[in-house]
Amino acid sequence: MGIDLPLIWAVIIIFGIMMYVVMDGFDLGIGILFPFVKGERDRDVMMNTVAPVWDGNETWLVLGGAALFGAFPLAYAVVLSALYLPLMLMLMGLIFRGVAFEFRFKAKADKRHLWDKAFIGGSLAATFFQGVALGAFIEGFKVVERNYAGGSLDWLTPFSLFCGVGLIVAYALLGCTWLIMKTEGPLQSKMHDLARPLAFVLLAVTGVVSIWTPLAHPDIATRWFSLPNLFWFLPVPILVLVTLYGLVRAVARHAHYTPFLLTLVLIFLGYSGLGISLWPNIIPPSISIWDAAAPPQSQGFMLVGTLFIIPFILGYTFWSYYVFRGKVTHDDGYH
Amino acid sequence: MFGLEALDLARIQFAFTISFHILFPAITIGLASYLAVLEGLWLKTHNSVYRDLYHFWSKIFAVNFGMGVVSGLVMAYQFGTNWSRFSDFAGSITGPLLTYEVLTAFFLEAGFLGVMLFGWNKVGRGLHFFATIMVAVGTLISTFWILASNSWMQTPQGYEIVNGVVIPVDWFAVIFNPSFPYRLAHMATAAFVATAFFVGASAAWHLLRGKDNPAIRKMLSMAMWMALIVAPVQAVIGDFHGLNTLKHQPVKIAAIEGHWENVGDEPTPLILFGIPDMKNETTHFKLEIPALGSLILTHSLDKQVPAMKEFPPEDRPNSTVVFWSFRIMVGLGMLMIAVGLWSLWLRKRGTLYSSRPFLYLTLWMGPSGLIAILAGWFTTEVGRQPWVVYGLMRTADGVSNHSYAQLGITLVMFVVVYFALFGAGLGYMMRLVRKGPETGEGDEPTHGGPGQQRTPARPLSAADDDHADDHASLSKGN
Repeated sequence: MGIDLPLIWAVIIIFGIMMYVVMDGFDLGIGILFPFVKGERDRDVMMNTVAPVWDGNETWLVLGGAALFGAFPLAYAVVLSALYLPLMLMLMGLIFRGVAFEFRFKAKADKRHLWDKAFIGGSLAATFFQGVALGAFIEGFKVVERNYAGGSLDWLTPFSLFCGVGLIVAYALLGCTWLIMKTEGPLQSKMHDLARPLAFVLLAVTGVVSIWTPLAHPDIATRWFSLPNLFWFLPVPILVLVTLYGLVRAVARHAHYTPFLLTLVLIFLGYSGLGISLWPNIIPPSISIWDAAAPPQSQGFMLVGTLFIIPFILGYTFWSYYVFRGKVTHDDGYH
Repeated sequence: MFGLEALDLARIQFAFTISFHILFPAITIGLASYLAVLEGLWLKTHNSVYRDLYHFWSKIFAVNFGMGVVSGLVMAYQFGTNWSRFSDFAGSITGPLLTYEVLTAFFLEAGFLGVMLFGWNKVGRGLHFFATIMVAVGTLISTFWILASNSWMQTPQGYEIVNGVVIPVDWFAVIFNPSFPYRLAHMATAAFVATAFFVGASAAWHLLRGKDNPAIRKMLSMAMWMALIVAPVQAVIGDFHGLNTLKHQPVKIAAIEGHWENVGDEPTPLILFGIPDMKNETTHFKLEIPALGSLILTHSLDKQVPAMKEFPPEDRPNSTVVFWSFRIMVGLGMLMIAVGLWSLWLRKRGTLYSSRPFLYLTLWMGPSGLIAILAGWFTTEVGRQPWVVYGLMRTADGVSNHSYAQLGITLVMFVVVYFALFGAGLGYMMRLVRKGPETGEGDEPTHGGPGQQRTPARPLSAADDDHADDHASLSKGN
């Protein structure tokens, strides 16, 4: 057998979702930060920093859904129907956010504020419900004979709501440090001012989630705190603290690029902490990637094409970011 | 009873979101190829009319494409949220097909769209033409995968069922299943025809208002050549598709024809109009032509067409719906062929651009292709009921276990949001159409790309821009 197809597919999907979280994370963060910036022209600049790329960023979410469908149909079926309402609300948010992006620049001056509101509301809703879905995912799903057996509001718990708020903070910090990198002048210094409090709030949120999760889930606690696991996993929280310290220092010396890069590291660490807690379950608390895997005929068929095509996609994506590199200013107009 | 209602709501919700969605890709498919043809003609003839039309239609294309993207995102998740039992059962086949669509089509379109919309003066002519062709090819690759998936659900093969789940055994057989070639040809052609009538109606609108220039005339002329040639071709493809359906889904044909039982050895008549009654197993107020059903469907005068009563009641689709949706599609198709023929006659007489009755008809036929597409899809999708995977899984067994309340709430949400947002987008498209093509647009650098007035590489943002005054306040650049 040699090749562990479910493992490879889990890695591909984890990678795809990571791409999505990072890339659409700062897009959505900009929408979340909109209320903190009142000036029309500053808001234009904020939008213009992501205007050329947000659409491609969102495509990773489509890939995530489709690949889960093909590689782990059971997980796709159970998780998506268990999270029916939060996912529908997330999609609504993304629709509002998406069209607002476009129509805001087309609308007559007196209508623009409507699209501003759609942009803020859509970004907040999409982020919040992604966080809620994540929280509910950590808490796990009741499955009987390959069917979701829980209620339609099982996802609605204090923990999942807290995760929703937590993700808003995380995306806001991503958006904030992205803007530090992509803008200058008063807008940039405003973001410098915002970054520090956001970073500390994110630390607090991460701390709460990190304590809450093992308290509520003994098996996750065992995984983290039993020996020798603890020594293997201890670097994660330590690195989080070190990174955060670096981030605050970088913001204090008004660095341009470092804050964003360190935020990426933070997000990556949080993501890997999540992975440690849940691995190898794709439908927590007990169905693993091997239990939910599509037959090898399906996973193999998909893998051939995916391995060939993904490098092209990455190439295009990096090229696109390269084309639109550098600072965005008022005078740039549309980027 | 209550469960049935929840199933109905799930079906209505899916029907609503996918019906809305399909309108955008249909126009995207047609316009992308139209744009490739326009650009090819411009490069070949250097007639600036083609270039002006290219710029005009690429803006409308951009708005339409963007709406297709956002409404499509919903579809990628709705299989799992609304049809989880189906997803678990058949995901090992439909999932990989969808993944290939994302990888080979969506990313290809995204990759070249930026150059196509904003790169007119940034890359060489040949490269730009290549980008346009890639986008057009991307739309067709997308059509290929999604129709392979749908057709497999209609005429499944190349699989086995192990432990209650579908396992693919022969991917070639899965993709090239019996109904796939016909359905693919029928849908791709439908997209071209629908686009031709959309373009033709836009030209007619301007001509009726006295805005008569070579570009507008060229639009109408090209659209009517398409109508003349492709609409009849579509009828032939449709005929083949119908014969294929008769072979693989005979009860669907019986329902479409409102045909309940055969009498003795008599050939099957064609019921032109009537009201099929599922409960009483009859079709009321029939207006029928003897033997024509046999002639059309078996291409003979003595063979019979299968009748509904030959199938158990629980396996019959709703004849009342498909009888009429089919006739709407065919009726519109006939009208389209008539418009094409009329246009040829007027062209010979030299009054194609001035005949007001013809122009009014062409204007009103603008949405006819899209309506026909919806009617056709209703026919084939309602007609394959009660199966979600034909003969393998019933729709009632494929649905997620959601409550009536949460399906109802989300359905209302979708209806309100779609009509409001896509209504606004449609209004925006119509505003672009009303502006009409401008001359000499490609002579100067277009206002797009880095440092330019437009947001670069963004689908909807290419559709600048009748609010130059807005931009003055936003941008002092360029």
